[in-house]
Amino acid sequence: MDKAKIYNYTVVRQFALMTVVWGIVGMLVGVLIAAQLRWPELNFDIPWLSYGRLRPLHTNAVIFAFGGSSLFATSYYVVQRTCHTRLYAGGLAAFTFWGWQAVIVLAAVTLPLGLTSGKEYAELEWPIDILITLVWVSYAIVFFGTIAKRKTPHIYVANWFFGAFILTVAILHLVNSAAVPVSFWKSYSAYAGVQDAMVQWWYGHNAVGFFLTAGFLGMMYYFIPKQAGRPVYSYRLSVVHFWALIFTYMWAGPHHLHYTALPDWAQSLGMVFSLILLAPSWGGMINGMMTLSGAWHKLRQDPILKFLIVSLSFYGMSTFEGPMMSIKTVNALSHYTDWTIGHVHSGALGWVGLVAMGSIYYLIPRLYGRATMYSVPLINMHFWMATIGIVLYIAAMWIAGVMQGLLWRAVSSDGTLTYSFVEVVKYTYPFYTIRLLGGLLYLAGMFVMAYNVWKTVAGQVGVNAPIPAVAAAHA
Amino acid sequence: MSDFTGGFWSFYISIITIASIIACAVLLQAMSTRKVSGAQAETTGHSWDEDLVELNNPLPRWWIWLFYITILFGLAYLVLYPGLGTFSGSYQWTSIKQYEDEVALAEAQSAPIYEKYSKIDLKQLATDPDALAIGQKLFLNNCAQCHSSDARGGKGYPNLTDRDWIYGGEPETIKASIMDGRKGVMPPWGAMLGDDGVKDVAHYVMSLNGMTFDSLRAARGKEKFMTICVACHGPEGKGNTAIGAANLTKTNLLHGADEPALMETISKGRTSVMPAQKDLLGEARVHILAAYVWSLSNSPGAAAAAAKPGAK
Repeated sequence: MDKAKIYNYTVVRQFALMTVVWGIVGMLVGVLIAAQLRWPELNFDIPWLSYGRLRPLHTNAVIFAFGGSSLFATSYYVVQRTCHTRLYAGGLAAFTFWGWQAVIVLAAVTLPLGLTSGKEYAELEWPIDILITLVWVSYAIVFFGTIAKRKTPHIYVANWFFGAFILTVAILHLVNSAAVPVSFWKSYSAYAGVQDAMVQWWYGHNAVGFFLTAGFLGMMYYFIPKQAGRPVYSYRLSVVHFWALIFTYMWAGPHHLHYTALPDWAQSLGMVFSLILLAPSWGGMINGMMTLSGAWHKLRQDPILKFLIVSLSFYGMSTFEGPMMSIKTVNALSHYTDWTIGHVHSGALGWVGLVAMGSIYYLIPRLYGRATMYSVPLINMHFWMATIGIVLYIAAMWIAGVMQGLLWRAVSSDGTLTYSFVEVVKYTYPFYTIRLLGGLLYLAGMFVMAYNVWKTVAGQVGVNAPIPAVAAAHA
Repeated sequence: MSDFTGGFWSFYISIITIASIIACAVLLQAMSTRKVSGAQAETTGHSWDEDLVELNNPLPRWWIWLFYITILFGLAYLVLYPGLGTFSGSYQWTSIKQYEDEVALAEAQSAPIYEKYSKIDLKQLATDPDALAIGQKLFLNNCAQCHSSDARGGKGYPNLTDRDWIYGGEPETIKASIMDGRKGVMPPWGAMLGDDGVKDVAHYVMSLNGMTFDSLRAARGKEKFMTICVACHGPEGKGNTAIGAANLTKTNLLHGADEPALMETISKGRTSVMPAQKDLLGEARVHILAAYVWSLSNSPGAAAAAAKPGAK
């Protein structure tokens, strides 16, 4: 068949399958380090397995390998189908797949070896940063090239979010990773002192805002209306919350540096804009949830829809919790405690994980010419394993975090701290055990998904859908 | 304010901050006033990918109000607190002032307690259970990191519960160790003695502390000991608390008393540092801490309490 008449699903298939693989790898490392916090012996005195080296491997694997692959897969699928045209520059798209996999493998080798730039969520050393830049520029060319040659008069809302995500992540990566190399595997940040901290958290918070929020909102805006078979609730709401979200996120980074050397005025601006960010964040949740109005009954039978809608509930919860934690007085209690870990995981496991899994379940049968996944009950089972796992995880970390915050600040009448640090660690152990159970359940769900995907895909040949001959009429 | 290199930047920050917040309100206002005709919202008329369409429902009222409230809160906050460049806010709040106020309050509340105890002799203070309880909390939060929560120390960190003291175990001496810190230096002798010579001296030391040793080596080592080591450790190897020279007739040496540990110590030397607490904790707290540490090896009651780490 003439290639111009079919969609390019090859790269979508590759990224979709690797999403499952990297999900298992990243979550497995997460479960291991969660166990190490309870039983430190589990590093077996091997430097490569020490917590300090595996923790960045876990975050990089789940954010950039699992999350990143799912974003590549869905954005490439969505942009073609909503532009009614084949992906622009297929060769470059293939390069983004192999390049991104190379980045992940390099991360998995260098981080355990202790090669790190020391910047959270940007630990990879400069040669890998350059490869990331090449892949990302190619990604932007493919994505915006496809938008440019679209056959539809308007750009669908999902693509606004994917576009914002791709552009902003490019800027964040270039600015924050600027460094002076001293050897092939060692470099020093281009910034110093509190400026370095500010650049780092401008990056860090917007990595959450654009990689883990805007990108996944793009996913949400396509897969929820598609799976529910309902129109998007409000175009106008999507306009307000899109612009307000991408604009306001940029300011919120300083809330990671409350009560530090960062000047008070910068901390205040971070807090104020974090609070203003609440409504724009919730705009996306409302638009997704209300898309289901008139079709709520579908939630009962359709486990994919459950994944997508429950992910929005966790999104709403985390985006309420975030602004709350950015208030200085709340942050004085929550900062440096496991509450932060609970907050991050309600967003990561609940929002990012569930919406990505739901979208992959939607994609896989369509990419391999099947009507449905091999087993719908297994999707349902995965949904409940993941949901219960998340609840165990975040409830344990909330309790542990508030407890730590209260015990650390307890002062006796003689002015001494009432509890020593190690006592508080001891009190946290039961919650570390519960968190580990939650994480194990979530990881086990991922294995169920892998089995289901394997049975759906095995023996099947990839199918590339034809592009509709005439673009849908513009009413 | 030193945060800004010139007046321009304060102005710049203020303007873009206020303009940005107002821009959010304007965007919200512009999109919330458009009327929607009829009860059933209409679609925008656009469609994608066969069946993707969008309704154009009005913004939920509660959501609009939520948005406005956060905007108003933000503006009010920036009037009251620092945020707009060099404008310090009408409350004149700063994070360092908040910290200093809290510390001053805590100091004022606890000062009478410390004043009372600072007048009491250390040995007598060591019999006061209330003072020892404070001492233990100070110890767990400030000393346990090195000396361990049961005060038994570890390799390189002295055990404070036995009666062996590198610098002396009198209460006032302990207080001086905590106040001003200690720096113990054992010079390296590897270059002068050579590997064999180091081993000989190590065996002589092992002969002093009752471990199994090679008598030939010990005899050779003794000659060297009597010319080099004797200066600090004395002819009997009993050390000197005035300069912190270890008593080598004991087996609980700070850096180990077996052959490999001794050889490393003799060959490479050791530098041990106890940091001074005078400026960190102040004399009043160190006074109580010294009584607590002394009590660990001198009063049966307190020593028993210390054996239960984490006990409050």
